[in-house]
Amino acid sequence: MFEAIAFYLFAFLTTVMFFITVTTTQALHALTALAAGMIFISAFFFILGADFLGAIQIVVYSGAVMALYAFGMMFFDTTRDVKEKNGNKFIVFGLSIIAAVLIVVIFAAPMVSTNIVALHPMIEGAGNTQELGMVLFTKYLVPFEVAAVMLLVAMVAGIVLAGKKMDLSLTLMNDAEIIDAKKEQHKKVL
Amino acid sequence: MEIGLNHYLVLSTLLFAIGLIGVMRRKNLLLLFFATEILLNSVNIAFAAISHYYGDLTGQLFVFFVIAIAASEVAVGLGLLIVWHKRHGNIDLDHMSTMRG
Repeated sequence: MFEAIAFYLFAFLTTVMFFITVTTTQALHALTALAAGMIFISAFFFILGADFLGAIQIVVYSGAVMALYAFGMMFFDTTRDVKEKNGNKFIVFGLSIIAAVLIVVIFAAPMVSTNIVALHPMIEGAGNTQELGMVLFTKYLVPFEVAAVMLLVAMVAGIVLAGKKMDLSLTLMNDAEIIDAKKEQHKKVL
Repeated sequence: MEIGLNHYLVLSTLLFAIGLIGVMRRKNLLLLFFATEILLNSVNIAFAAISHYYGDLTGQLFVFFVIAIAASEVAVGLGLLIVWHKRHGNIDLDHMSTMRG
């Protein structure tokens, strides 16, 4: 009973928040609604017993990703209204619904056959975080390490792209050029 | 009333449709990124629900990796967006249609 109430409440709230995100003309409203929607989605993870993912969702999405977007919005002119594409609305809505139904069919097609066996079944007597760790560090160790390398690459790429004067390389310059560059640093750049 | 797997899949469909509408109608690239986040999150809900109702941890692990990919996508995407905004002064998709650099 309470599960049903929680599900419908959070389903309504998430849908409304994401609808605001895609329809508003104010970038700040979109950012705030998206952050709220992310937190409401973590509620689904808690309802489904995936406590670790719920915490990760709050920390990574509402913490890191939203902070990054808010930081990025300092660079852009966010106060003016956002212009929209003026396509045929019926085509856009129809294509969206068809594509989404297709996704669910792709998800549900293997499940129609009833002989599904859990590949990594839930372990008895272990919490959700412990279960995830047991599977993650045995069967999924290589994807985990690859994901770590990918995050490192993304971090370096983010620093190089967003930083100032990243096209200069101090190791390839001689001393006179470095002194010149230091003098230039005191001037206003960007 | 019992909440089953179908409830979650319908909700996931709904959120995915909202995200697709966002992807199709947005012209500002930052708001296009928001719509892609909605797409990723709707699929995450489907993964977590299937994982719960079939007693299989694979779905939750895939959600884990999807979140990692989304985080790195945001980092690189925002970096590229900042570079573009420094050079051209706007981040509208229509101005990026020509490959003149």
